[in-house]
Amino acid sequence: MNAKPYWFKIKRFIIQSCTILSLFFSSQICFAAGEKITYPKLDWSFSGITGTFDRASQQRGLQVYKEVCAGCHGMRLLAYRNLKAIGYNDDEIKAFASENSVNTLNDDGEVVEREARPSDKFVSPYPNEQAARVANGGAYPPDLSLIVKARSDGANYLHALLTGYVDAPDEQKIPDGMYYNKYYPGKLIGMPQPLYEDGVEYADGTKATADQMAKDVTAFLAWAAEPEMEDRKRLGISVILFLLVLTILSYLAMKQIWAPIKNR
Amino acid sequence: MSKAKFKNPVVKWIDHRLPIFSFMDHELNHYPTPKNLNYFWNFGSLAGIALVTMIITGIVLSMNYTAHVDYAFDSVERIMRDVNHGWLIRYIHMNGASFFFIVVYIHIFRGLYYGSYKAPRELLWILGVLILLLMMATAFMGYVLPWGQMSFWGATVITNLFSAIPLVGESIVTWLWGGFSVDNSTLNRFFSLHFVLPFVIVGVVILHLVALHRFGSNNPIGIDVKGTQDTLPFNPYYTIKDLFGLGVFLTIFAAAVFFFPNFMGHPDNYIEANPMVTPAHIVPEWYFLPFYAILRAIPDKLGGVLFMFGSIAVLFVIPWLDRSSVRSSQFRPIFKIFFWILLADCVLLGYLGAMPAEGIYVILSRIATAYYFFHFLILFPLLPYIEKTKPLPISISEPVLSGSSPASAFAFREKK
Repeated sequence: MNAKPYWFKIKRFIIQSCTILSLFFSSQICFAAGEKITYPKLDWSFSGITGTFDRASQQRGLQVYKEVCAGCHGMRLLAYRNLKAIGYNDDEIKAFASENSVNTLNDDGEVVEREARPSDKFVSPYPNEQAARVANGGAYPPDLSLIVKARSDGANYLHALLTGYVDAPDEQKIPDGMYYNKYYPGKLIGMPQPLYEDGVEYADGTKATADQMAKDVTAFLAWAAEPEMEDRKRLGISVILFLLVLTILSYLAMKQIWAPIKNR
Repeated sequence: MSKAKFKNPVVKWIDHRLPIFSFMDHELNHYPTPKNLNYFWNFGSLAGIALVTMIITGIVLSMNYTAHVDYAFDSVERIMRDVNHGWLIRYIHMNGASFFFIVVYIHIFRGLYYGSYKAPRELLWILGVLILLLMMATAFMGYVLPWGQMSFWGATVITNLFSAIPLVGESIVTWLWGGFSVDNSTLNRFFSLHFVLPFVIVGVVILHLVALHRFGSNNPIGIDVKGTQDTLPFNPYYTIKDLFGLGVFLTIFAAAVFFFPNFMGHPDNYIEANPMVTPAHIVPEWYFLPFYAILRAIPDKLGGVLFMFGSIAVLFVIPWLDRSSVRSSQFRPIFKIFFWILLADCVLLGYLGAMPAEGIYVILSRIATAYYFFHFLILFPLLPYIEKTKPLPISISEPVLSGSSPASAFAFREKK
């Protein structure tokens, strides 16, 4: 039994060496990645376990999407009816949908256009990827339905990207149809700077700075990627509270059942 | 068979003809269990519950999933957006896979630490390794189903491994794919196999339990149960302990599902599969990373594949590689140190699997891979010749050593 402290020392040695090794390796990551791009970390209303979306910001974001992004980027997984979740009523949604048209068949089997309905998915700006590439000099503007989930640290990345257009350093050659963005991997992006001050006129009177628009459209896209987020977190808190009570009760029951054995 | 007394006449009537109630009474109620099990013995039942959770959520998901390259991605998003609580079912299934592996890996390392693979539990251990292998196949094919970028490219990389087999490799890959690339027929067969393999796992789990109940659980001091004074009936002592463990597990699991559902996933899998665009780094799910590191550590493709499969194959034979008859690490001072080194080695391999295969990472992967095989193939058989084990207690209920010395522990070993 007197050998115990000796084993503790060994165990401590192993734990310490693991810690040191892991610190060493995590510093290596930065070296290996060469120039690791870091984005400003913003304080989003929807981060954290009780975070919720900011309705006003989302609605402004929808306006930015509609007036700026929608020219090139689709959101095919979203239906117009989904906009109810960010605070629009049925009439507003109907009006919003009807600004777009979709193909359908008439009684004679001919392809005709009709106004989009709330049940329709967002109409994409291009009929297919090929058409999108031709119209954008070979680059494909990705669908934005899931963009915040499809990028690591999506919200911060997106905000940074949208505000990351700066003058290129002199040694950087910019090919035709490419633009310099300090946050884009490789720094050259096919998308021209989309957001300029007062690019949109906000209905609620908010000053439309590029930064404000980037924040708003990110808030909108974060919701589009995870429309269940508010329900999920709310349910999560109840579930975890329930489980904590269950766990504590079962712990107490266990102690009681085992008491005669332990005290024998 | 009719030892159990049932009061309910219906139960009595059935049990006389079909003794399922006697069976359950025997295996779940009176089942004698060592009284000194610690919390590491909770992970077996947790693994079983994880399997059932995966099957139930999986069946519900399959009702809403479309196994077609043009629709798979969108059908998963429809589950996330339009199916009532579909996001919950899918996030449980998605995170459930990770937690299933966490639980099973702890279960395996527990077995390694306490020597649970030793006689007479060799087949119990082998069935467990078989379950691990089936789980890996199932998880791999399941990850392909959402048809995201990592699904597609992971499937491409892993199935291509078989092309390393001499002569027939290319034909095998074509046969696996059902075509000349990962395509619709691949997705279809993976869906089919992903659906059926969990039921095969259930079958092997039943065998695992039959083998377990033959001799009962091992225990932290690793010596055999000597009589009823060493055991407790499973119910209520271990049913309540398992329930408490389940509560802790579910709380952590729920935190992941509800608050960090995509933490263990890769963002690229929310981009629909595109055979024309290769992701910058193709990484498998975290639970495959140690094996992926071994694969990439070997400079030769066939060699890498052989070592990767070898790293699992070696687990099948460790009951015979470890020559020591002392089970628990508590009485094996040197083995115990190496156990922690092995654990650190596996964690290191996992880390290296996530890193690009270049520079220092390749060298470290090779060292870590070499250690992994050294541990099982050289250390296990040779250590008992060098190691002086500590004296074993006489029985579970008498853990205090009464007059026993290291010498007598050796005598005990020789007798076996």
